[in-house]
Amino acid sequence: MQAKISVQNVSYTYADGTEALKHVSLTIRANEIFVLFGPARSGKTTLLRLFNRLSDLTPGADYRGTILVDGQDVFALGVNVTDLRRRIGMVFAVPTPLPGSIRGNLTYGPHMAGIRDTALLNERIERSLTQAALWDEVKDRLDHPASRLSGGQKQRLCIARSLMLEPEVLILDNPTSGLDPISTSMVEESLYELKQQYTVIMVPHSVQQGARVATRAAFMLDGELVEIDTAERMFKHPKDQRTEDYITGRFG
Amino acid sequence: MNTTKSTDARTNSHRRTLKRQQTNQIATVVITGVAGLVVLPIILVILYIFINGIGAISWEFLTAKPRNGMTEGGIMPALLGTLLLTFGTGIVCIPLAIGAAIYLAEYAGDNRLTRWVRLAIVNLAGIPSIVYGLFGLGMFVLFLNFGTSIVAGSLTLGIMTLPVVISTAEEAILAVPQEFRVVSQSLGATRWQTIRHQVLPHAIPGIITGVILGLSRAAGETAPILFTVAAFYLPDLPQSVFDQTMALPYHLYVIATQVPGMPLEIQYGTALVLLLLVLSLTLIATVIRTNMRRRRDW
Ligand SMILES: Nc1ncnc2c1ncn2[C@@H]1O[C@H](COP(=O)(O)OP(=O)(O)OP(=O)(O)O)[C@@H](O)[C@H]1O
Ligand SMILES: [Mg+2]
Repeated sequence: MQAKISVQNVSYTYADGTEALKHVSLTIRANEIFVLFGPARSGKTTLLRLFNRLSDLTPGADYRGTILVDGQDVFALGVNVTDLRRRIGMVFAVPTPLPGSIRGNLTYGPHMAGIRDTALLNERIERSLTQAALWDEVKDRLDHPASRLSGGQKQRLCIARSLMLEPEVLILDNPTSGLDPISTSMVEESLYELKQQYTVIMVPHSVQQGARVATRAAFMLDGELVEIDTAERMFKHPKDQRTEDYITGRFG
Repeated sequence: MNTTKSTDARTNSHRRTLKRQQTNQIATVVITGVAGLVVLPIILVILYIFINGIGAISWEFLTAKPRNGMTEGGIMPALLGTLLLTFGTGIVCIPLAIGAAIYLAEYAGDNRLTRWVRLAIVNLAGIPSIVYGLFGLGMFVLFLNFGTSIVAGSLTLGIMTLPVVISTAEEAILAVPQEFRVVSQSLGATRWQTIRHQVLPHAIPGIITGVILGLSRAAGETAPILFTVAAFYLPDLPQSVFDQTMALPYHLYVIATQVPGMPLEIQYGTALVLLLLVLSLTLIATVIRTNMRRRRDW
């Protein structure tokens, strides 16, 4: 299968000297659910924010190596960053609806891209909300404030909001961290649907969640990539002792 | 032995609680008292001016030109002049201040240049207004040859107002959660789109408040307009922005100190009009702020 995202020997040091990534190399394939897991502060978020160059918002860092999306270096001169961010959607750990209505949240991205055709937008709203398993709950109140949704609904709205741009890759950075089990399973279920159409990269809330949803997985520790493999082998027969310790909960 | 100790400890802790409560009560009384001391003179001044000036105020007082060496008639040219100058100050100050605030909050990094700029702004806010007046005289009246005119006065007042408006606007912009910016850009918005659609709409109440407070200060200032625009006695209305005009603060100064035999009531009436003008601007700012605060949903 073809590499959707290719990370080649990437190191990243924040302005304050924190070495967040050390010589990380990995490949993410199209239409898989790629799970990136590891303890807190192991560099997962740092790596993911490089893919769509949200890292640009954290100035002063030292970045080395190469990241290719569809073979194109994302840090090359002349790369259209806004376009890159439309192709690589991102959902954050804390649900982050923008102030305004549900509809306003959904149409924000397309509006910024100059898409104003109401019929097209309505069609996308229905499709995105359906894919994020939220359509039935909000279809009658699209113009209500997004702030009044529950935490789980907000997070699914954020997923739908990313889907409005019809991205190729969807990054979910610990999307269920603040959610109850029912909302969590609804988000998880929506992932299988999404996998058909998108490449999904996810930081799981727990090892168990990672094992449930992953096609392939990578384990990170202290800014280093320890192991990368199919979910089957990674979660049942890890090769590295540190991975095994972490998975079995023997880890510090 | 053991019991004595624990009883001791209990009475001790009881005593400490009592003491804490007493201290708390004293603190409440002292703080309320101090707050009262601060507010009281303000209320007294306003009341005093109100009681002494309200008798002078009539439709004629607001709409008539001064007559008979200003001892009769109204204050219309001065009132209109102050409104014009406040408007002109807004035109000069608002775009510059908001532009500068956006730059400082959203674009400027933390380097030596921007540190100097910030330092300059803080210091400019503390410069006495008469210095702005002299600067306006040198710069706009003489060097740029605008003469003693509404343009020169507005520019002077506008520049004097800049620091405080920049500071409040920057604060309002920085108060918008960083998360909105990150989310907006992650959805493919450019930096400017993010500022335009996510940052400014939420900062606007704070910015408006700053602008109005700045303008209300400008409306009440005498020193900056003294050499740049204000006319001692000019009952005819200005025909263009290059004309002089009367203005309320300066007019008040003139009738209070320069005109013998000036009826007290007219002086107080003029002071009251100026006071009400400034207070109503402040009130509008407060109303806007509370309204928008209540409406926001984050
Ligand atoms: N803006 C920043 N400035 C400086 N250091 C940072 C910044 N963001 C993250 N770090 C540091 O970089 C390291 C990696 O952080 P990162 O957020 O990538 O970890 P993570 O694996 O996503 O952790 P978590 O599971 O807690 O989300 C940590 O040591 C963190 O403290
Ligand atoms: Mg993280």
